[in-house]
Amino acid sequence: MTAPPGSVATPAPTGELPRVRFASSRRNAELALLLFAMALTAAYAATVEATLLDEVTHDFWVPTAAVTVVFLALHLVVRFLAPYADPVLLPAVALINGLGVGFLRRLDLAYVTPDERADFPIFAGIGGRQLAWTLAAVVFAALLLVLMRDHRAVSRYAYTLGLAGIVLVMLPAVLPRRFSEINGAKLWVIVPGVGQIQPGEFAKLALLVFFAYYLVRKREVLSLASRRFLGIDFPRGRDLGPVLVVWAISLLVLIFEKDLGTSLLYFGMFVVTLYIATERVSWLIIGLLLFFGGAFLAYFLGGTVGGPFANFYLRAQIWLDPFEDPFQGGYQLVQGLLGLGTGGLFGAGPGGGQPDLVPEVHNDFIFAGMGEEIGLFGLSSLLVVYLLIVERGLRAALAVRDSFGKLLAGGLSFTLGLQVFVIVGGISKLIPLTGQTTPFLSAGGSSLMANWLLIAALLRISDAARRPVESASTPRPSGGPSRPPAQLHGAPTEVIRP
Amino acid sequence: MNAPLRRVGVVVMILFGLLFVNLNYVQAIKADEYRNSDYNARVQVAEYERKRGIIEAAGTPLTASRETDGTLKYLRTYPKGEVYAHVVGYKPVNLADTGVERSENEFLAGTSDQLLPDRLWDLFTGKQTPGGDVLLTISPRAQEAAFKGLADNRVGATKGAAVALDPRTGAIQALVSMPSFDPNPLADHDTKKAQEAYDRLVADKDGPLRNRVLSETFPPGSTMKVIVTAAALKQGYTPQTRIPAGSSWLPPTAGQPIRNAAASICPESEVTLLNALTESCNTGFARLGVKLGAQAIKDEARRFGFEDEELTVGRLNGDGQPVAASRTGDMLAPGGQDDPPSVAQSSIGQNDVRMTPLQGAMIAAAIANNGRQMRPYLVDRLLGPDRTTQYYKAAPKELRQPVDGDVARMLQDMMVNVVRNGTGRNAQISGYRVGGKTGTAENGVGRPEHGWFIGFAINDRGEAVSAVCVFLESAGSGGSAEAARISGAIMRAVIADRGGR
Repeated sequence: MTAPPGSVATPAPTGELPRVRFASSRRNAELALLLFAMALTAAYAATVEATLLDEVTHDFWVPTAAVTVVFLALHLVVRFLAPYADPVLLPAVALINGLGVGFLRRLDLAYVTPDERADFPIFAGIGGRQLAWTLAAVVFAALLLVLMRDHRAVSRYAYTLGLAGIVLVMLPAVLPRRFSEINGAKLWVIVPGVGQIQPGEFAKLALLVFFAYYLVRKREVLSLASRRFLGIDFPRGRDLGPVLVVWAISLLVLIFEKDLGTSLLYFGMFVVTLYIATERVSWLIIGLLLFFGGAFLAYFLGGTVGGPFANFYLRAQIWLDPFEDPFQGGYQLVQGLLGLGTGGLFGAGPGGGQPDLVPEVHNDFIFAGMGEEIGLFGLSSLLVVYLLIVERGLRAALAVRDSFGKLLAGGLSFTLGLQVFVIVGGISKLIPLTGQTTPFLSAGGSSLMANWLLIAALLRISDAARRPVESASTPRPSGGPSRPPAQLHGAPTEVIRP
Repeated sequence: MNAPLRRVGVVVMILFGLLFVNLNYVQAIKADEYRNSDYNARVQVAEYERKRGIIEAAGTPLTASRETDGTLKYLRTYPKGEVYAHVVGYKPVNLADTGVERSENEFLAGTSDQLLPDRLWDLFTGKQTPGGDVLLTISPRAQEAAFKGLADNRVGATKGAAVALDPRTGAIQALVSMPSFDPNPLADHDTKKAQEAYDRLVADKDGPLRNRVLSETFPPGSTMKVIVTAAALKQGYTPQTRIPAGSSWLPPTAGQPIRNAAASICPESEVTLLNALTESCNTGFARLGVKLGAQAIKDEARRFGFEDEELTVGRLNGDGQPVAASRTGDMLAPGGQDDPPSVAQSSIGQNDVRMTPLQGAMIAAAIANNGRQMRPYLVDRLLGPDRTTQYYKAAPKELRQPVDGDVARMLQDMMVNVVRNGTGRNAQISGYRVGGKTGTAENGVGRPEHGWFIGFAINDRGEAVSAVCVFLESAGSGGSAEAARISGAIMRAVIADRGGR
């Protein structure tokens, strides 16, 4: 076991913050957890084959082994380049991703006749594509870890990334339909003959970097300059500008890309980072009012005027009573709910259900499809794993020492949690259904890649957070950026106290 | 910035908590509803994976399950087609199931709790044991006779019903509703074809899907006189008591005069009760009914099973097909006192009196069984897939006792006289005491009348062998005599199936 230098606890001075517990790199724990997650994935694949093929084929383990190899590679990258990173993040994500690949392969088997199942090639179908995407996504995540040795470095590109984020968000809206619309949501950039990507998934990350940078610079103005109303400090009118801009963008996304989920995601992401930066509850209140006001307005306009609001209105109607129109508008939601209900507490067992009856089960409805087979207990476990990832991310945000890192990690973690909430809530009729991917589960390269980049960023920040504070004389083991980033706290601000 | 970060952590916890609570709601509380929803195709596919048990009558299979190549593995077929359609019902893919296929669905499908040990065994063997078998009480010969009798009736009726049951147990021996239908297209796995077949049947104005034996009520005509007679006998009348009659009688206060079906019937001013029943004397019974009063007639009808909204026909300890309640109407004037014209009309089975053919057979059965009315049932036994484990055997139950033994025997004699010397001669069977009562019910001005016959057969050892009711809708003149003839044929078939005893 080659522990990187510095991992052996340098006894912390008494009276210091309890950094001792961070001193161990916990990489071996990560490896053990990862192998355990992969064992679960292999067991899942074997159960699927036993149910669907009546036998476990000799190469049931191949997809699991393939993802295990890349996860192990990523583990090695982490071991050398981010030795203090949180040991739970990688195994938790790997488990969800591995099960996702297994479930998509299980769907492929359901779509072919029983005779062809045993000979179904491993790299074919949705499952095979997802496997390939996983390999690519993990490679990109590793690349990010290699290139970004210090998370503070990205703040230098904040404005570039902010601009890129806005372009990526708006791109599908301005492109003609045939280059941007799939299943009624204009979220895509389609290159005919090549494929399609969902730029919004990446825009999420780029915008978050910009938010974090911008808010760190402006946090004092935003948090101090305020008017008191009803016992709550409200910001000045002119400071509301950026919030209103993001709100407007969210609404444009809602209307022109017909996508409530992404709109909710961007706006929630922004409001929460704003709240974390300023510690002002008033921003949360303003944000919630703006969002619900906007959504209600869109619903109202959709019911009366129609036009670009009609899609949103229809979705809200389906949410209110999917069984009113069970074969047309409500079909997908109804079938998803019936799948979940049929699964019940324990589920039909991997391979034992009929998730293929639910439209888009490989995508938006993957949680419902899995729920039919792993039941309430299985889904609850999955939710706990997601929660673990989010809370681990937030913990990194708490522990990291710089404001930019705190904001970025907090925003990324919350965004991931919010996305899970929006899609799982949507398919289980808690909130209106919106087209969102389920992170790490749903088929699709854009989502998988963007979310793995998100995890890479969290790994990087958690590494910085858990790294023991060393005396200035000790050089960083892996070498940080030559120059510490601009002093964010000291950025010029105009603090006006009324 | 740590305080808001912690709060964000709490918010995420709450959001996930909401997801968790909602998943519990969907997957635990609503699970059964969603699992068994009509929109849920999963249950269906699973249900068709297992070979469905068969329904049979005295060794004759009435259903079969054929293996197919489709997604739904077993196709349900009905080899006897139209003949048993209203007994067996059908089990379609998307439409609602009916009949015994519906009431015994769980046992046939193998999902009933009783068959749990078999299913557990399947877990180990990996095989799918078929569902259990349902053995009906139907006598195949009687069922065929009833179907043929109705279909080939000599008065040209296109609609009608026939039902026969064992008076001593309540076991149904035959149950036919005309027109019938072929259940096979409805069970087609091509749901579009099935829907088309169903739509065609629904559009048919003769209503082939309607079960005229159990779920439809009709004015009973003179068969009602049996109930009025029973009420009179209980009040001290005897078959020889003379009651006022005449060729025409106008009930007090208002209404149309009551007349007899022919001028030759009871023109005398007084006839014996026996003769009034034998000849089906309308004026005599109208006046008798008014004299007894609305309450006495309503009470008597209720004792024979009218107004019963709970009755089902299927398994004695379980579900069955619901039976429509037969009604007498209230026969009251607006002030609450008897309305003589209504009472008079009701006493001869007109006005608001309505009866199911099953109720008619149950009246005859109660009289034949010396006053004890048994609860009718269709399912005799439930057998496990191994054909040896018996999960249920019908234990006949007394439903009610409308009349005591003495009155029952007087009614038996009077009804036997009807068949021997009166309007029911067509039902005679040599060597058996056959009793009965015909009925001709007006069915609106200018429309042909309904023909009825209710009756029973008692063998030389005094055992009631069968009770029947045959109903010919809008049969016109001669309908009741034809109904009596068909009744005789059905009872002869029952006797033949019993080996001539």
